[in-house]
Amino acid sequence: MSLAAAPHGFLSPTGVEIAFLLVGLVTFGAALVTVTTRQLVHAALWLVVTLGGLAVEYLLLTAEFIAWVQVLIYVGSVVVLLLFGLMLTRAPIGRSPDADSGNRWAALAVALAAAVALVWVVVDAFRTTWMDLSGPAAGSTRVTGESLFQNWVLPFEALSVLLLAALVGAIVLSRKAKAEEASGAPDTAPGTASGTPATPVAATGEKEGAR
Amino acid sequence: MHLAYPAVLSALLFCTGLYGVLARRNAILVLMSVELMLNAVNLNLVAFDVWLSRAAEETLHSGQALTLFTIAIAAAEIGIGLAIVLAVYRNRGTSDIDKLRDTAEGPETEGPDTSAAEKAEATA
Repeated sequence: MSLAAAPHGFLSPTGVEIAFLLVGLVTFGAALVTVTTRQLVHAALWLVVTLGGLAVEYLLLTAEFIAWVQVLIYVGSVVVLLLFGLMLTRAPIGRSPDADSGNRWAALAVALAAAVALVWVVVDAFRTTWMDLSGPAAGSTRVTGESLFQNWVLPFEALSVLLLAALVGAIVLSRKAKAEEASGAPDTAPGTASGTPATPVAATGEKEGAR
Repeated sequence: MHLAYPAVLSALLFCTGLYGVLARRNAILVLMSVELMLNAVNLNLVAFDVWLSRAAEETLHSGQALTLFTIAIAAAEIGIGLAIVLAVYRNRGTSDIDKLRDTAEGPETEGPDTSAAEKAEATA
């Protein structure tokens, strides 16, 4: 797979491409099941398959650091957070017939139109473009760290301020509801009040650690 | 590898997330679909970074740095989003976004009969 080699055909059946196609099919299928299944917990579990498949795609694109960050943050914390959210809002375990709203056919039309337009434009634009995956990895930890801390230091620090703001925001959102409950709001579900403040805070702290 | 493969996969994932955002009724499922769309953007950024770092000798690695930033912002967004959804669920007794039509919570709309019915519907 060298870029310098003269003209490629439209399909070059190398191992990386075949693996990328197969994992891409699995990822896309899992994404479809995620947005169409009627069992809410299963949607979160299929989301794990989608995000894990994307991590494998990052590995195939030689972006190792991004792949492991994806596994750590998405599969590790975001999906757990979503599952906590499903439990705290008392999502039904079995099938729920009203998982899809009434405008799903309009949504399907919009999504199909967007998919056709995007795929057409993208394929037309990058039909003859090849990327070179040989040689040293383009996204090893060393390369990513050097570029991040040489060229992107200021955005990185701004991002840590944003994470701090998100942490404080999650605490404020949780505590405000708790104060209302203490003043005697009529319909508070028991159990949600004790569990809620811990979840976003713990997850945001985990992110701070992962960063 | 052909650049069209990751680009097409990311376009398809984005449209899947778009369908989920428009068609789902539970707010947490909508958040999951938003995550799908953000991941499609990440795949695009990584693929184009790998392509440009070889083809154009781009040494900033802006695609991968922006991917890391997007991941961090998505994680912050999901934390805040879930906190908001849980606060709404605690106030209204439902996380069904088709039922959340009024932006203010008036004292008379929070009657015990409606909230009880919504709660029963949410648990059913």
